[in-house]
Amino acid sequence: MPTNISIQASHITKRYGDKLALDDISFDVKKGELFGFIGPDGAGKTTLFRIITTLLLPDNGSLLVEGLDSDKDYVKLRKILGYMPGRFSLYQDLTVEENLRFFAGIFHTTPEANYELVKDIYSHIEPFKKRKAGKLSGGMKQKLALSCALIHKPEVLVLDEPTTGVDAVSRIEFWEMLDKLRMSGITIIVSTPYMDEASRCDRVALIQNGKIMSIDTPDAIRRNYGRALWAVKADDIYNLLTDLRLFKATRTAFPFGEHIHLSLTSDSVTPSEIASYLKDTGHRNVQITRIEPSIEDCFMEMMQKV
Amino acid sequence: MRGFIIKEFYHIFRDIRSMVVLFGMPVIQVLLFGFALSTEVKNAPVAIIDHSNDQVTRAITSKLLSSGFFILADQVPGEDHIEEVFRHGKVKEVIIFESDFATKLEKDRQAGIQVIADASDPNTANLLVSYTSAIVSDYQQEYLKGMSLPVTVKTETQMMYNPALKSIFMFVPGVITILLMLITAMMTSISIAKENEMGTMEILLVSPMRPIQIIAGKVLPYVLLAFVNALIILLLSYFVLGMPVKGNLLLLLAESLLFIVMALSLGIFISTVSKSQQMAMMLSMFALMLPTILLSGFIFPIENMPLPLQVISNLMPPRWFIIIVKSIMIKGLGFHYIWKETLIIAGMALFFIALSIKKFKVRLG
Repeated sequence: MPTNISIQASHITKRYGDKLALDDISFDVKKGELFGFIGPDGAGKTTLFRIITTLLLPDNGSLLVEGLDSDKDYVKLRKILGYMPGRFSLYQDLTVEENLRFFAGIFHTTPEANYELVKDIYSHIEPFKKRKAGKLSGGMKQKLALSCALIHKPEVLVLDEPTTGVDAVSRIEFWEMLDKLRMSGITIIVSTPYMDEASRCDRVALIQNGKIMSIDTPDAIRRNYGRALWAVKADDIYNLLTDLRLFKATRTAFPFGEHIHLSLTSDSVTPSEIASYLKDTGHRNVQITRIEPSIEDCFMEMMQKV
Repeated sequence: MRGFIIKEFYHIFRDIRSMVVLFGMPVIQVLLFGFALSTEVKNAPVAIIDHSNDQVTRAITSKLLSSGFFILADQVPGEDHIEEVFRHGKVKEVIIFESDFATKLEKDRQAGIQVIADASDPNTANLLVSYTSAIVSDYQQEYLKGMSLPVTVKTETQMMYNPALKSIFMFVPGVITILLMLITAMMTSISIAKENEMGTMEILLVSPMRPIQIIAGKVLPYVLLAFVNALIILLLSYFVLGMPVKGNLLLLLAESLLFIVMALSLGIFISTVSKSQQMAMMLSMFALMLPTILLSGFIFPIENMPLPLQVISNLMPPRWFIIIVKSIMIKGLGFHYIWKETLIIAGMALFFIALSIKKFKVRLG
């Protein structure tokens, strides 16, 4: 295993009864990398993270974290992992401060000893340190959970959907914190169902139905989209989608908010041809703009291919 | 480890429900069993039909009524009305003196008292009748004092260890046992199941904590609390209910500690096989509470059970602990009389601890 690799997964397969949760997954995460697993609910992210954190054993394949085997060396491995499960899993009846002290304690350290590492995050919630964890807002809960996962200075930080169920402002704050953490050299893997968060990662793996569809930097994934993409808008958004899907040159048409993202079978079709088709079908105030594909566009594109 | 124990105390002291179960239940149960639920009969209403009304019948009557077991309920005009008063439930027992009681006693050296009891409650009827005959024969002793006796065989009974046949002697050991068993086993099993349910176990597992440390951290606070509980029950029974502690108090406490450890390891075992707090609670209630009450000899004597149940009762840890508590508290026996029972409980504790550590999952699923 090359020395700059932190996590090396090869051919991991996991089944629950008949259902294949993870299907022959292989990937490497470099040391100090912020690595994202992007995919919808049920894609297998949590199962994968539980395998990485030694909580589950794969049916097939092997996983090395910092050179430690997740099966044989699980005792050693658990000492260097920081894990934040998807569900808020701190003690709700303990205060902020008590939670932090407890989780430091089970790793034989104290909040004071590693305060530097969590300072930026913990300082947000320190004013509420006497408050019970169950009474915190969603964003503050996540900050506390992150502080608790970090308090023992782990080498690898595993965050399972940390921003799910958190308000938009707290999500942005959370990613800023991860950005800062990355500076300290810690390897971070994070999963999220929000495609727009992919751009905050060094590299992302797009995961769907237990399979990794693509692993690359967010930019490279977008560059690989490989065709023109149009955002179309009109007054009657509902009929716009059905009509666009009936258009002869339409390859894909997906709703994105108040726009419809449209890709065409041929690059020779011009926007004015689309516009005149839509006028003929009775749409008003039609706007068509060329856009750069987002990760979500790429994700939808890849799902089409599978 | 210290942090873990502190955390556990926070959980307990901040949860009103656990506090009530831990400290309210023992007090309520001891007082309930001690005062309200008594098998003794006091102040039972009786009716007396005295056809003789001489100094002897009056003496017997006043002896009966001053005993504290009976109060005079009603005047029954005659034998024809006996059924009626029983039907109304106003009277539990009717005592009838035949006519010319004193004269007959003097002349024939024999006179009759008829005792009719309402046996719709057989236990009470039995008790009342035996109280009555005891009081009458007591009077007879006094009456015959100084007279020459015909040949008689006298049985002299002595109720060893509990001369007054107080029912708290029976209840206190049982209540201590049930409470220690229930509180410790149920509370630990629920608290471990809670970690699983809330997802905190997931984080505990991904830490350097070993299974034995997690279990010990969960258990130690409850050992302490259950022990405090045992003390509360003992103090209450001693000072409020007048239960004696004839044997060595230290031995009794040490045995209680052993039993607590046994109940805790049983609780851990229950938590390893139950998936939710609810299931842990149901298991503790039905798997522990009912057998503890029914099969431990607490209420129903083991000797009267059919053989299969007698065999099963051997597997009930409370059965052995009740013997220990009774031996120490009531009989004042030392360790060499109860080492066998102690050994059985210690063995059960070891068995459940080993099983729990083995069954404790170091991974999920």
